[in-house]
Amino acid sequence: MKKPNLEVALLAAWLCAATLAADDGVFDQYRDLMGDENPAVFVIDEGEEFWLTAQGPNAVTLESCDLGLGPGVTAGAYVRFPRHFADTNAVMDLESRLVYCMTTIQGRDLESVTAKPYSLRGDFGTEIEALVTWLAAESEGATIAPEQAHATERAMYALGKDIFFYRAGPHDFSCATCHEQSDKRIRLQALPDLTSHTGAAGSWGSWPAYRISQGLVRTMGWRLRDCFRQQRWPELQMGSEASIALQTYMAVNAAGGTMTAPGLKR
Amino acid sequence: MTTIHAKGISRRGWLRWAAILAAAAGLPGRVWAAMARPEAAFGATALDEAMAALGDTPQVHEGIQFTTPDIAENGAVVPVRVEVDSEALPNVSKVSVLVEMNPNPLAASFDIPPGTEVFIETRVKVAQTCTLYAVAEADGQLYMQSRETKVTLGGCGG
Amino acid sequence: MAGRIKIRAQKKGVVTEVKALMRHPMETGMRKDQAGEPIPAHFITQVSVLHGEQPVMQGHWGAAVSANPFLGVRFAGGEPGDTVRVVWTDNQGGTGEGETTIR
Repeated sequence: MKKPNLEVALLAAWLCAATLAADDGVFDQYRDLMGDENPAVFVIDEGEEFWLTAQGPNAVTLESCDLGLGPGVTAGAYVRFPRHFADTNAVMDLESRLVYCMTTIQGRDLESVTAKPYSLRGDFGTEIEALVTWLAAESEGATIAPEQAHATERAMYALGKDIFFYRAGPHDFSCATCHEQSDKRIRLQALPDLTSHTGAAGSWGSWPAYRISQGLVRTMGWRLRDCFRQQRWPELQMGSEASIALQTYMAVNAAGGTMTAPGLKR
Repeated sequence: MTTIHAKGISRRGWLRWAAILAAAAGLPGRVWAAMARPEAAFGATALDEAMAALGDTPQVHEGIQFTTPDIAENGAVVPVRVEVDSEALPNVSKVSVLVEMNPNPLAASFDIPPGTEVFIETRVKVAQTCTLYAVAEADGQLYMQSRETKVTLGGCGG
Repeated sequence: MAGRIKIRAQKKGVVTEVKALMRHPMETGMRKDQAGEPIPAHFITQVSVLHGEQPVMQGHWGAAVSANPFLGVRFAGGEPGDTVRVVWTDNQGGTGEGETTIR
């Protein structure tokens, strides 16, 4: 590490900040002025267009993709994820299900569709981001109700819980380090308690979200990957068991909450 | 809501644009003269330089209502609103928004023809905590209001 | 996907209130991409709001206007059913336009 002292100072600063109360409404005026004009509306349209665009060697659209409620049913599909699919005999999140449909229905190459699922700096959105945004909007107002009937779904929840509390990496961090208490913050950012229903529902229900700092819509898959990065853990792969497990843990804790995505976040 | 999609430079887009310029050319001279982009002011790298390029040193005027957040969650998007009471300050033909500490302080400039309320809302990037200025031009004179907006860093880098 | 505009125009008493959201990256030219290469400046330089064929506002923008820019203006008059248009051009010669009717 080049600057160990800076790292220690930052960690100390973080620990100080974390002992203060949540943001106390300091950004209410800012959020009022922002109003409800969320640029995610463009990404919703773009996602629907991707869904309806014939692509790949088979030159077909994704309209026959089964998101769990039957081929082509998009309304209310997102709030049931992650869920077990008989055709793959696996628990999938929405992102991995979309990849499955792109490769099986459209005949597209797995490597190319998973090469860059999330925008990098200077990008203006990816197909996965757009599709997830549109499909989340197709569940807007619906009750979060991830499937937990199948044994593999319950096992995925248990694995997600284990990962959530697992401490690792150079800073000995776990997800829980930041996200198992309420009224904590980093600098002025309130940290949700993802072990509680309220905290999990607020978070799970508002992603994907337009991140105003980046000018992009980000998905929960990206959000978790970025948490891994903050913890100095290895890069979390889209559609990996770890990613799906953590999403299952959050979604089940959020069950009964309302899907309000796409959200508008700092 | 209505959406129209244009990719790059469409022929139709250019024709429309040409039509706007033609329509604008028919407006009173004052408005037409104001339509040129204030290139020197946009190129200025310091606040006083940008103000000088816009005209004179502006006087503070209570007829200008300038709204910005006291504290912004992120400097990438800071909502601003400029409203001018036309009884207190009539004949405003141009409104500019400047951000003191940005690499180029002038963020946006708006030409306002007679009949348009002086009411502009937009969102600007603010590089760091500093003073924002709303400058209104009326009958060749510059007037202003200023506000400080604090910019915070996000929690996690993401 | 640049070029799109979402517009709402609403009659409020004697004025019409227009709110427009534009799909544009508004790159300053000062950022670098993940590989460290500079991202070229790409931003809207001029935006017009028209009521029918009549310009009601003409904006000149720099790169400091936020990504996916928002613009709100008010003009006197306008009747429900009238057309309101928003047109922009950027520094790379791109254009975008959108229209709606006053509610």
